[in-house]
Amino acid sequence: MSASERKIRVLIAKPGLDGHDRGAKVVARALRDAGMEVIYTGLRQTPEMIAEAALQEDVDVVGLSILSGAHMALAPRVLELLKANGQEHVKVFIGGIIPDEDVPGLKAVGVSGVYGPGTLTDQIVADIRQIVLGEEAA
Amino acid sequence: MFPVEDVLAGNRLALARLLTAIENDTPAGRAALSALFPHAGRAHLIGVTGAPGTGKSSLVNRLAYHYRHPPDGEAPKTVAIVAVDPSSPFSGGAVLGDRVRMRDLTGDQGVFIRSMASRGSLGGLARMTAGVVQAFDAAGYEIVLIETVGAGQAEVDIARLAHTTLVVEAPGLGDDIQAIKAGILEIADILVINKADRPGVENTERALRNMLNLAHPLPRVYRHHGALQEVLPAVAEAPADEAIWIPPIQKTIATRGDGVPELAAEIARHRTHLEASGDWERRWRARLQRELEDLLQDALVHRWRREIPPNYYEDVFSQLVQRQISPRQAVDALLNGGREA
Repeated sequence: MSASERKIRVLIAKPGLDGHDRGAKVVARALRDAGMEVIYTGLRQTPEMIAEAALQEDVDVVGLSILSGAHMALAPRVLELLKANGQEHVKVFIGGIIPDEDVPGLKAVGVSGVYGPGTLTDQIVADIRQIVLGEEAA
Repeated sequence: MFPVEDVLAGNRLALARLLTAIENDTPAGRAALSALFPHAGRAHLIGVTGAPGTGKSSLVNRLAYHYRHPPDGEAPKTVAIVAVDPSSPFSGGAVLGDRVRMRDLTGDQGVFIRSMASRGSLGGLARMTAGVVQAFDAAGYEIVLIETVGAGQAEVDIARLAHTTLVVEAPGLGDDIQAIKAGILEIADILVINKADRPGVENTERALRNMLNLAHPLPRVYRHHGALQEVLPAVAEAPADEAIWIPPIQKTIATRGDGVPELAAEIARHRTHLEASGDWERRWRARLQRELEDLLQDALVHRWRREIPPNYYEDVFSQLVQRQISPRQAVDALLNGGREA
């Protein structure tokens, strides 16, 4: 199948205990409008629930929305579980309130992108296309 | 070639990737479906359809939970869920949100939930939903719950795919005229009135009951100006025949699970009825025949396209656009003239 026909599947999840899902919904909508299939799982997901959904849905990308400050615990755990399930090819990006000094640490454990407030959704769309389709073409 | 043995052995990652290949209709996916075909045909396929917001996802969640945690010592059944949501007609993208209502099922290895975008199909399912369902069936899932796109009146593809079709209604959505229209209510094997704690539930039930009585006349007694009157059915012989299935009406409150055990019992009763009446076999025969004819049509069109001279189609089409020939004449020209031209 050629890259142009391929549908990019993205899981958007909110791990942890904060209830602010506006950002997650805005991103889900933007990815939909960019032609992607977005599986939205809703609030208060554990890393185990997210990894299980990512497996069943065979997604290319997992987007985590975290505003609780628990990103340094939650994101590595999600990556670890994806790997344990044989899904090390799945890319993980994070949106929300992430202090600048935490970004290198997140990237070091394998997070592909970190998007704070003010990020243009076009940027996220372009990055996902690049990371999913660019790698296949290479 | 796909690792079909891994799928049959219960490898969930292999199954997930196979579903993607089927959904994208890749050559590998098609080959795997053929390899899996002999293993399918055992699962009970249960369709769940109805208008948006009637609570289909919540009901699917509760039903699946019931099959996983059955009462009094029954063995739990493995459950696959295929949840279809619409694709955008503009971008081709989709937000698939049915999992939000299915949290009770996480962490259970006996459940597999897959979301599908409709990708332009209009009948309430995606074009490859039947293939995905077949893969779950072959992989050994005993119950496959298929949730359609929020359906209005005419999205009736589910009845051709499922053994048992639930049509979910909610109070306040339509009057008794809606209930006698053709379409979605006719395909119901079981009518579910969800959100049965809402006001207006009696009206909904009465409208559906009246619709059923028109289709399946039974003797009944009612009170008219204070006098008891018995009304005999218009049909001379009452259908005491067990071969006739009269859709039951089941009230549920999916968010609390009320009515769900009773609904599961009705579903089981329908399966018994299908098997006893021979409808089980008739339904899958009809389904296979339809699939065969669809595939045959596709294949014939493909073969024909390969065989006609290049540009011939465009030439005939431009004659058609200029109204030199009619659409039927164009078809004749394409079918007959192609080879000699």
